[in-house]
Order: sequence, then structure tokens, then C-alpha cells
Amino acid sequence: MQDFFTGIAESFTKTFITDDRWLQLLQGLLVTLEITVFAAFLGIALGFLVAIVRSTFDMNLAGKKCRGFGDRVLKAINFICNIYITVIRGTPVVIQLMIMYYIVFASSRNGIIAAILSFGINSGAYVAEIVRSGIMSIDKGQFEASRSLGFNYSSTMIYVIIPQAFKNILPALGNEFIVLVKETSVAGYVALQDLTYVGNLIRSRTYEAFFPLIAIALIYLVIVLFLTFLLKKLERRLRSSDH
Amino acid sequence: MTTDDTLIKVTNLHKSFDNVEVLKGINADIKKGDVMVVIGASGSGKSTFLRCLNRLEEPTGGQILFEGTDITDPSVNINLHRQKMGMVFQQFNLFPHMTVLKNMTLGPIKLLKISKEEAESRAMELLKRVGLSDRADSYPSQLSGGQKQRIAIVRALCMNPDVMLFDEPTSALDPEMVGEVLDVMKQLAQDGMTMVVVTHEMGFAREVGTSVVFIDDGVIVEQNRPEEFFGNPQSERLKDFLSKVL
Repeated sequence: MQDFFTGIAESFTKTFITDDRWLQLLQGLLVTLEITVFAAFLGIALGFLVAIVRSTFDMNLAGKKCRGFGDRVLKAINFICNIYITVIRGTPVVIQLMIMYYIVFASSRNGIIAAILSFGINSGAYVAEIVRSGIMSIDKGQFEASRSLGFNYSSTMIYVIIPQAFKNILPALGNEFIVLVKETSVAGYVALQDLTYVGNLIRSRTYEAFFPLIAIALIYLVIVLFLTFLLKKLERRLRSSDH
Repeated sequence: MTTDDTLIKVTNLHKSFDNVEVLKGINADIKKGDVMVVIGASGSGKSTFLRCLNRLEEPTGGQILFEGTDITDPSVNINLHRQKMGMVFQQFNLFPHMTVLKNMTLGPIKLLKISKEEAESRAMELLKRVGLSDRADSYPSQLSGGQKQRIAIVRALCMNPDVMLFDEPTSALDPEMVGEVLDVMKQLAQDGMTMVVVTHEMGFAREVGTSVVFIDDGVIVEQNRPEEFFGNPQSERLKDFLSKVL
């Protein structure tokens, strides 16, 4: 019995204390958070942009003939957005990450930037479809009411449609970011020392599997729980108009 | 014809959806202070006619002169003209994520660039007129249908329009709430507002309308002052229609 506890204490020490390994874990966590946060912002920006293009096309031009230059530009951009979504959703994020790092960033090998870009671009494709579903779910009457007051298309989007759509898609959007946090765990493929990479490194150095792996699992769990908490709070605030 | 008091002049208006022709050449003259009531069976094109007036539906032919400007011209900035044409919908279409006061002040603040204080005080004045000043901070989901429609009317009025378009404003209401909405519209007409009203409320047409228009199969079949229109209908189709609804 005594030996058992001594063994555990030893494993624990090796995993966290020796060589300041807790500090490595902390640094790994920071890398994970850095990639996630910037990728999330990029994903939201890209996603909303693509969603607005796609839903504008769906509502005004789908199945219709183009009239004038503006229509043709919209059609072309919509086509590009479709390719973007198809390609990104059709290929694994690890491959996208490696393409970004080994091909696009071949000369600079800037891992963090490559990771932020690939995870952001990847997330953007999913966010785009979520946002588009939100926009399309808003009753046509909302559009008409806003337009009849004299608002143009973009003001209608900004003041009337997007705020309502955002409220509806918040759960799906939250889900996407939870996935994003965990997806960054493949960043080690391009030599980034993120949380997963560091945990695995400790495992291989110490020949201790239990503490490093359970520790990083718990850290991801805590991040996700915190994110869930924030989302619930935001959801509750936005729901103040439903009674 | 004097153009001075003509607010909207519709000439040979056509509208097709894909290959179905809904409006087959409508002509109408709406003068300042007119209350034109448009009636007809469902599918006759009366709502489409109304929605063409502010180009919520894009006309496929013809001309609409609004305050002297041909608003069917693609180079016209329709948004500016829509500010002068209030519209009230069957389904109210209040913005559910905003309070009543925000619903009413959004347009004036963002489009007319009126200060928030001024917009709010004007909105409160209008709310008082329709007996809903205690609802300023409510959300649309907290209101009854009749209240929603009264708010929708004053929301449009906040933009200071020159004409109000009503698209079956009482059709989605429970019977006991129809009266309160019609009362507001009646008051509006008495204050001299120019109105185009698509409705099934024959009582309103008779009492408030300055002219009544019967649209059937995409054309205006008959147009007259209400007494003549209801008392002495000329066409068979109108006689037939009135016998069903009265």
C-alpha cells in the first residue's frame, strides 16, 4: 500500500515538477489558446462574410438571370464561396494545416501564423453555413418591414436580420468553437508545441502515460466548460426579448 | 389634370411572376388626402398591386409616378421614396429583438438623422395617440395582435410618410381586435393622411374610403365613390363578389 502511494507521488512529480514540466504545460496551453482565439475571430469574420454573400445570392439571384454588372459580380463571388466551403469541408483539417505550413509557408515556416490561418479558414467554412442557416431562417416579413421603412439592403442586414439570426444560431456557433478548441490539438503536426504536443512529449520523456494524458484531457475539459458557461450567459442575455 | 394634388399616378402597371401574369395593366390616380380602398378576391392581384407601389414587388411593366418621380426607373434610389411611403403588413412584422420604442425610433434615428431624444418624444406622442404609451418598453412578443398592429402603424408614422399603404391590416387579427386597429386607421384618415388600403373590411371601405377599387384577375374592374360602389355596382363580377361578402 505504501509503495502504491509512493509510486503515484513519484509519477506525479515526474510529470509536473521535474524540469519545471508544469511550466511547459502552461506554455503549451498558451499556444493552444492563442491559436484558438485568433482562429475563432478569423473564422467569425470569414464565416459572416461568406454567409452574407451566399444568402444574398440565394434570396435575390438563385435561379434567376443576372441583370447588369453587379449581379454578375455577386454570382462570381458566390461561386468562389461555394468552392471554398466545398473544399474546406471536404478535406481533413490536418491536411489543410500541413499544406499551409509545408507549402504556403514553405519559406518562412511560421507555425503559429500557419495554424491560425488554417484553423481560422477551416472554421470559417462551418461558421458560414451556420450563419447562412440563421439568416435564411428569419421571416421574409422582417426584410420587407425594414425595406419599407427605407433601409437599404445592408442596413437591413445590420440592424434587423443579423441580430435576430445571431440569437438563433448562438448554440450552433458555440458548438463550432468548442470543436475548434479541440481541433487545434493537431497543431503538433507542424512542430507547434501546443498543449497536446507538450503532454505527449512529457509522456515520452517520462514513460508515464497516466498523469500527462489525463492532465491535458482535464485542461481541455475546463476550457470547454468555461466556454459553455460564457455561451449560456450570452444566450440568456440575448433572450431577454422572448417572454 | 392638375399634377399638384396627385400623389401617386399609376399607368399601365404590369407584374408577372415567372410566366403568370398577376397584374394586367392597372391605372390609378391617388390624390392627397384620398383613402383608396382596394378589394377583391384572394389571388386577384390586389396585394401585389399595393406591394408594387413601393416596389417591394418589382413591376414588370408600366409606370408609377410618386410625387412626380417615376419610381419604376431603375436609377431612382427607391429607399429615399420608401421613407415617404409607410407600409403596414398583415403579419405586423415588428422587429422582435427590439422594444416598441426602438422599433419606432430606428428609422427616424438612422435614416432621418433625428436625435434620439426627439425621435423618442415623437414616438411617445404617437403611442399616446393610439393608447399604448405604457407599452413603450415592451417587446413585441408581449403584445396582443391588435396592439402589435397599432404599433406597426405608428412605427410607419414615425417616418412622417406622405402616404400609408395597408396590406390587409386586420386579416391576421382575432375578431375582437379588429375594431381597435380600424379605429386608429379611421382617425388617421380623418387627420388627412393619404391611404391605400387593401382589406376585406367592407364596413371600413364604405365608411372611410373616398374611393373603392375592385380588382379582379389583374385589372381594375370597377372604381367609384363608396355609396355608388356598394349601392349601385355596375359590373356582373362586382355584383357577384359583393353578394358573397356582404
